[in-house]
Amino acid sequence: MRTIAVVGASLAGVRAAQELRAQGYAGRLVVVGAEAHQPYDRPPLSKDVLLGKATRAEIALLDDGEVARLSAEMWLGVRAERLVPPAGALVLSTGSELPVDGVVIATGGVARRLPGARGIRGVHVLRTLDDALALRADLLAGATRVAVVGGGFVGAEVASSCHALGVPVTVIEALPVPLSRVLGERIGAVCADLHTDHGVDLRCGVSVAGLVSVPDGAGGRRVTAVELSDGGRVDADVVVVGVGMRPATEWLAGSGIAVDDGVLCDAGCVTRLPNVVAAGDVARYQADATGRRVRHEHWSNAAATPATAVRNLLAGRTVARHAADGYVWSEQYGVRIQFAGQVDPTGEVRFVDGAPADRRFVATYHRDGAVVGVLAFDSPRLFTKLRRQLAAIHAR
Amino acid sequence: MIEACRLVDLPPGESVRVSAHVPIAVFNVDGALYAIDDTCTHQDASLADGWLEGCFVECPLHAASFDLRTGMPTCLPAKRPVNVYPVHVYDGVVYVDTPPTEGVA
Repeated sequence: MRTIAVVGASLAGVRAAQELRAQGYAGRLVVVGAEAHQPYDRPPLSKDVLLGKATRAEIALLDDGEVARLSAEMWLGVRAERLVPPAGALVLSTGSELPVDGVVIATGGVARRLPGARGIRGVHVLRTLDDALALRADLLAGATRVAVVGGGFVGAEVASSCHALGVPVTVIEALPVPLSRVLGERIGAVCADLHTDHGVDLRCGVSVAGLVSVPDGAGGRRVTAVELSDGGRVDADVVVVGVGMRPATEWLAGSGIAVDDGVLCDAGCVTRLPNVVAAGDVARYQADATGRRVRHEHWSNAAATPATAVRNLLAGRTVARHAADGYVWSEQYGVRIQFAGQVDPTGEVRFVDGAPADRRFVATYHRDGAVVGVLAFDSPRLFTKLRRQLAAIHAR
Repeated sequence: MIEACRLVDLPPGESVRVSAHVPIAVFNVDGALYAIDDTCTHQDASLADGWLEGCFVECPLHAASFDLRTGMPTCLPAKRPVNVYPVHVYDGVVYVDTPPTEGVA
C-alpha cells in the first residue's frame, strides 16, 4: 500500500497511526481529524479539564517529537465527507480528494442532544475539548444550579466535578437506578448513593419533558429550567446533556461499507472491504463465534482495537481477532470505580472484600456459578488481581 | 535513606508504598528488591497497586508498564520514565536510598 488514511484523530486514530509505523508500514500516512486541536485524551474532559487541573499539554496524545517520528501528515480541522467506493479515495471538507489504498475508520461518535435544545445558551454536551472548555466557562460565570441529564459515567463525573467546583447539582436519570444497564442494579444503587452522599439531588425514573428558556438579551435564548416527565421542574442555568453518543458514520453513505449502529466488522475489525478497517467507538465487531456484534465506547477499546485492525489491514485479510475484556474506569467524588468483564442482569453479585457502605469494596458478577465480571470501588490491587484471573479464564 | 518496611513484610511478589519526598513503591521480585516512584507518569495511579510480572509492573489504571530496573516505560500510555532508587537491606529492614537516581534513557 502506498497511501493509508486514518480518519479520526482521537485515541483510536492516533493509536492506529502509531501501530501502522510500529508494524512496519513505510508508505504515506495521512491522519484526518475533524477537530482543529492536536489529538488529546478524552477521559480527563469530565474530570480534570472541567476542574481546571489539566492543561492541554497534559492531555495531549502526542508531543511534537512523536508527531515528527510518526512521519504522518496531520490534517486537523478537516472532515472526511465521503469514501468513494471501493475505498479508492476520500473526499474531504476542504474540497480536495485524497486517493487511498487503505483506510482506518476511527471517527468515534457524536454526542446525542435533547430535541429542541439547539441554540439555547447554557445547554451543553460533553464530548470534545471545546465542549469541556465551554462548560467550564459557563460554570465559572456564576452558575447557581446545574442540571445533569443522564446519570451514566459522563453524567456522574460531570456532577462530581460541578460539586467539586461548588455548584449545586441535580442529576436527572431516566432509569430507576443509574448505571444499572452497565453495572447492574445492585452496584448502580451504590453509585446512586455516591451522589446523595455529597448532597447531590438525584432524580431517577424521570425523563426530560422540555427546557424552559428566556430571552438572553442578545437576540437568543438562555435556559432557566428543565421540565420533567413527572410534572416536576428543576431550575438550572446550566444544563449538561449526557445521554450517550451515536457513531459518526454518515460520511460512509454510498461507500459500500455496511453501517448499523457503527461500522460493521468481523472479529478482526475488518469491514466488508479488506482494505478498510475500523477501530474505537465507531467499530461494531463480532464478539464471539455466535456472530453477535458489539460496539464499545471505552477508552481501553479505543486503545486496543487499532493494533488488531492495523495488523489485518496490512495483511490484507483477517489474521488476528480482537478480544475485549470490557475494562472501564470512572472517578466520582474522589472514588475510583473499576469494572471489567460482563454483567449478568439476573446473575448473582458477591461482595468479596470491603463493604458498599464504606464506598470501598470489590464485587464479582456471576453467571451459572462462574465469575464473569469484577468491580471495585477504591480497591485497585485486588481488582487488578481478579481482572487478571478473569482474563486468564476467558483465554482458556 | 529512608526505612521502608521489614523484609519479612515484603515477601516475593509483593509491594509496599513508602512516603518520601514523593511516594515510592518497593517491590520484591523473587528476592530482588526494586524501588521506583509510586505515581504513574501517565495519570494519577499508584504503581504499588499494580500487577507485577517479572521485572515489570503494570499500572492498575491504564496498563502502562514500567521496567523496575530502569524506570523506563515499556508501552503506552506512559511515555516518561519513573525515577528508580537503590534499595538496601540491613538487619532484616528494607531501606530506600533517596534522592533519586534518574531513570536512564
